[in-house]
Amino acid sequence: MSRPPVLARAIERGMAPFRGARAHQMLPRTRLGGPMPWVIAIMVALSVVAAGGALAMQNVTQTARDQLAGGATVQIVEADAQVRAVQAKRALELLERDALVVRAVLVPEDELVQLVEPWLGAGAGSQAIPLPALIDVQLRGSVDEEALTALRDQLAEVAPAARIDAQSDWLIPVFDAIDALRYLAFGLIALLAATSAAAVWLAARNALNANRETIEVMHLLGGTDRQVVRIFGRSVLIDAGLGAVAGLMMGTVALLVLGSRFALLDTGFTRMGGLAGPDWLLLALVPLIGVATALLTARITVLASLRNML
Amino acid sequence: MTAGRGQDDIVRFDNVGLRYGTGGEVLSNVSFSLYPGRFYFLTGASGAGKTSLLKLLYLAQRPSRGGIRMFGRDTITQPRETLPGFRRRIGVVFQDFRLIPHLSAYDNIALPLRVSGVRESDVGKPVNDMLDWVGLAHRADARPATLSGGEQQRVAIARAVIARPELLVADEPTGNVDPDMALKLIRLFEALTRLGTTVVVATHDVHLLRKVPDSLMMRLDKGKLADPTGALRYPPRKAEGE
Repeated sequence: MSRPPVLARAIERGMAPFRGARAHQMLPRTRLGGPMPWVIAIMVALSVVAAGGALAMQNVTQTARDQLAGGATVQIVEADAQVRAVQAKRALELLERDALVVRAVLVPEDELVQLVEPWLGAGAGSQAIPLPALIDVQLRGSVDEEALTALRDQLAEVAPAARIDAQSDWLIPVFDAIDALRYLAFGLIALLAATSAAAVWLAARNALNANRETIEVMHLLGGTDRQVVRIFGRSVLIDAGLGAVAGLMMGTVALLVLGSRFALLDTGFTRMGGLAGPDWLLLALVPLIGVATALLTARITVLASLRNML
Repeated sequence: MTAGRGQDDIVRFDNVGLRYGTGGEVLSNVSFSLYPGRFYFLTGASGAGKTSLLKLLYLAQRPSRGGIRMFGRDTITQPRETLPGFRRRIGVVFQDFRLIPHLSAYDNIALPLRVSGVRESDVGKPVNDMLDWVGLAHRADARPATLSGGEQQRVAIARAVIARPELLVADEPTGNVDPDMALKLIRLFEALTRLGTTVVVATHDVHLLRKVPDSLMMRLDKGKLADPTGALRYPPRKAEGE
């Protein structure tokens, strides 16, 4: 009888970790695959659209705030045109002397008429519908309540009919609504992440149950939990990675189409809401976060299940 | 402690009891020691507890009571994370083979080496040699489902011995092979004992016992180990060089 080869020479045990294609083949490909890449793709696509929307809205509010920072409007609300003109002149002189004020410009009456004409019609500017005099004021730095109060007190002495407001105050309800939409988008992203994690959790548990025999044999041959986790991790990485790339592409296409549709509106707000380079970089992080979430979820799920085995 | 070859035991059971759930004990007060390089047959009627005892030996089960020491360490109190280290020193031939169905014969045999961290470049030669030796070189790429019972058993045995374990546990390893192959496998196990491996073979085949005259017999009867001569706990010292 020939000498059994295993006795001919001892096999030197190395430290090479069990990984790569050899480890990956421990799980049949179809077991963990299935719908998971598609679920991840849809979740990532929706997250990219939601994050893109949130970033665009943030850009709108930020640009508007920047443009309106330091802006204030003084109105002289007086029905008598002569008195209104006198008070406007005094107010303008006072503002021009004030150290807080960078620039103060009296808005010409014909410009005011043009502004309100779409609402009031041809009668705008007539004696029947008196318009307040407006002074456009640019303050040094941003407008705070303290500066406004100081100006308001000074104006009250020279122009009792004067009212002063920060320009940004007019848009506070709009900013609040946009902020609410942004928070909604972030909440949506969090829910999508939780749903993705749940999908991965289910897929990992199903894969564990389907491959229980293989895992038990691996354990009995000396396989460690880390080795099993690595095998599952690789499958999840491939599935989630494919899904995330597909999702990013779908989400990006959707954002580009939406962007082109909004650009056609050509309004001030939509012009302010475009996505810049850093925004696209942030969006590129969405699939990475999706894959990381999937890997972490799979790792926790697999480790928790393995701890129930001896 | 007295040892077969003046060495410490590698397995020691002290009053081990095992029960599944709330049922009665399937193993009761089992005490024995296994020594390096010895060949043990485990016999007993069906339901006597042979498979349960083997499960304790290859660490698929913890006992309900009693103590088990393996390779000089108490396995009962060892944290779970250390068990793979013990298992890598044990080769197992399962009664139902437990081959991974979607892996080829080659990859099934290579599994203990890969799990133990042997470099891929060092895996091919021993696996191919082993396949050749068990007469399955031409079936290296075959999946278990396409192999006969005897071929699957040979793959299972090749997988159990390829990493040259210190303890080899085999549950009916010759049940599905022809007499020539059975003898060949027993000779392989014997050869392993000469290299220091302790072999435990559970079998119903009394003819096998006669093939290994130097072997010791462990007989289980209704969960109790029969050791009337005390040879299992205190085996006779063998002459040097034997």
